[in-house]
Amino acid sequence: MIKVKDLHKKFGDLHVLKGISAEIKQSEVVVILGVSGSGKSTFLRCINRLEEPTSGQIWFDNKLITDPEADINRIRQHVGMVFQQFNLFPHRTAIDNITLAPIKLKGVEPLIARKLAEELLQKVGLGDKADYYPSQLSGGQQQRVAIARALAMEPQVMLFDEPTSALDPEMISEVLNVMRDLAKEGMTMVVVTHEMGFAREVADRLILIDKGVIVEEGTPEDFFNNAQNERTKAFLGKIL
Amino acid sequence: MNVNLNLIITNLPFLIKGALTTIVITFFAFLLGLFLGLFVGIGRTSKIKLFRIPSSLYVQFIRGTPLLVQIFILYFGLPSAFNINLNSYVAGILALGINSGAYIAEIVRSGIQSIDRGQIEAARSLGMTHAKAMQYVILPQAFRRILPPLGNEIIILLKDSSLVSTIALPELLFNGKLVASRTYDYFSMYLGVAFVYLILTWAASQLVSYIERRFAIP
Ligand SMILES: Nc1ncnc2c1ncn2[C@@H]1O[C@H](COP(=O)(O)OP(=O)(O)OP(=O)(O)O)[C@@H](O)[C@H]1O
Ligand SMILES: [Mg+2]
Repeated sequence: MIKVKDLHKKFGDLHVLKGISAEIKQSEVVVILGVSGSGKSTFLRCINRLEEPTSGQIWFDNKLITDPEADINRIRQHVGMVFQQFNLFPHRTAIDNITLAPIKLKGVEPLIARKLAEELLQKVGLGDKADYYPSQLSGGQQQRVAIARALAMEPQVMLFDEPTSALDPEMISEVLNVMRDLAKEGMTMVVVTHEMGFAREVADRLILIDKGVIVEEGTPEDFFNNAQNERTKAFLGKIL
Repeated sequence: MNVNLNLIITNLPFLIKGALTTIVITFFAFLLGLFLGLFVGIGRTSKIKLFRIPSSLYVQFIRGTPLLVQIFILYFGLPSAFNINLNSYVAGILALGINSGAYIAEIVRSGIQSIDRGQIEAARSLGMTHAKAMQYVILPQAFRRILPPLGNEIIILLKDSSLVSTIALPELLFNGKLVASRTYDYFSMYLGVAFVYLILTWAASQLVSYIERRFAIP
């Protein structure tokens, strides 16, 4: 579904991604690990071109999205993204956050969009919060609304950038549960997270990025029990 | 030195007539300023040089020169150079509007830039074009944030509109000046004029805070 070939990203002189190649298959859940500053977010943000790759190719659904001619706005409609800081639209209620893009971009009838949004809110456990503004919701609730907002575009893949890192500990599991359900339904997901429990249990594959390169890749089993690479062992030593 | 209240009161209808003109020219100048300021303010934040450079030249020129000089250029300068004769209303409204447009552009620009980057990223990640993200996400938030400085700008404009009395536009100060020079009681008349301005600015600030409350986000 997503194929990345020799991806490089530089910010001025700072060479952040140094030749990343990876493939993500339909319905696969891939968790990206790495220490702070290793380039995880940059990698994820290159996939929907929120960051412009410096060089390399990325295909989504067999379309070359790094082609300057590619209709990136259309492609992004199929690639949902969830941010560490939620980034809900504060001037719109939860339900209006969710219906905005379907109505304005896909031309869905407002009543139908609203119905779909209500179902999505049910699904993330917030059926009773439709008319709340983001400022009236807890962090965990805001992040679940943000997930529903991304799902409303009916994406083929969801990108998560540390979705629980800004949350108080007691709210982390409510967000992870929503993500776990999504994985069970067969959603293709790329998740940057430090939640090792989630990675071990939900991921089909783990990718460890260090200093802009992939240093290890494998199933959770391989990864946690038979790590080969010194850098992987060092990372696991730090995090576990 | 005493204030002749009677004089003020007998001439109050004439001052109020001037005040209505002040309100009308301020209103149209503000509309023009808002229109210019919105486009120029957005232009100032644009990545495209063709929008950014003229926008910033306009702002620099207007902010770097006195309003009174701008009024004179339109009213006295255009007829002598290009044979374009503007009546004092048109010249006054244009000069005030173009002037406040530059200040409003700066307000709009800082309002847009004050919105967290995450907002545009979230909008773009959903597939919105830059223009749609502006329209549905950035500007509605920026608008609420710039209401207080915009209100301030209306009050400044209301007071600055007194400068068009120099081109014989019969607004509040002009009418006050007429009475003052006829009666020689400058002190009373200008106090009366100041008092009417005070009422106008007070009313404007009430209106602005009503609008702020009306659009507040919980
Ligand atoms: N827009 C930018 N301009 C300049 N440098 C940047 C930019 N974005 C990221 N960087 C730099 O690139 C490097 C990688 O950043 P990135 O955000 O991808 O790391 P990360 O692995 O996601 O880290 P974290 O776990 O802290 O989120 C860092 O050194 C960061 O300072
Ligand atoms: Mg990051």
